Amino acid sequence: MNLTIDVTNKEHKSVVSLSGEIDAFTAPKLKEELLPLTKEEGKTVEVDLNNVNYMDSTGLGVFISALKSTKEHDSELKLVHMQERVHRLFKITGLTEIMNIDSTVQGGI
Amino acid sequence: MEPFDFVEVKVPAKPEYVGVVRLSTSGIANRMGFSYEDIEDLKVAISEAITNAVKHAYKETDEGEITIGFGVYSDRLEIMVADHGGSFDLSNVKEDIGPYQQNDAIEDLREGGFGLFLIDALMDKVEISSRYGVIVLMTKYLSENEVGQDGDQISTTQ
Repeated sequence: MNLTIDVTNKEHKSVVSLSGEIDAFTAPKLKEELLPLTKEEGKTVEVDLNNVNYMDSTGLGVFISALKSTKEHDSELKLVHMQERVHRLFKITGLTEIMNIDSTVQGGI
Repeated sequence: MEPFDFVEVKVPAKPEYVGVVRLSTSGIANRMGFSYEDIEDLKVAISEAITNAVKHAYKETDEGEITIGFGVYSDRLEIMVADHGGSFDLSNVKEDIGPYQQNDAIEDLREGGFGLFLIDALMDKVEISSRYGVIVLMTKYLSENEVGQDGDQISTTQ
């Protein structure tokens, strides 16, 4: 019941690889790591969710904050390799409309 | 009265215990024979309820407790989440709960943004009472093709 956050920085891109669970306990840590990355103009922040097997609304909240920040700072947020269960929450809440989510959903039908 | 097993769990109102209750819920739902998808839904719903209760409890004091009651019935799981820390009587509390209305004053619960919305979307029935602290009662039914592990639910051929 933890979340490992691994950040790889390239010139105009940061890849944030997450592994574990995003909930009320781990979300603040994720927000702390993710938000500063979105404050660099022209940067693409790619969040790899391949190894995230659980997420709830606290995670949605973090990604909404990050998305707002990219609009303010002219950067970009991409969510990739999302598992079907996690993708479902974005679908139910309608956030698939505003988020840049990789269409190749892991385990999707 | 309809027979049921009752499981009560009490945890400190701290974010680090959300995952603990999630695992307990998963264990109970698995024992009852819920499908993988339903168990995942239950895990999100219970986590949202605990997250709300943690936030609510923090407003009053840092020393709060959350009580979670699981009513295990032959056809459904009822989960009650109360943020006042005290024990509660299942049937007493149920009498005081009305259905969740869109226009109910639930600002505190809405703080998490999509929390309550997800509970409502993932569970079959959600009721909220604010009479004794905030209590959320949510129900998920076993669908017909899911077979419980209680002997009386399984028809056998001789």
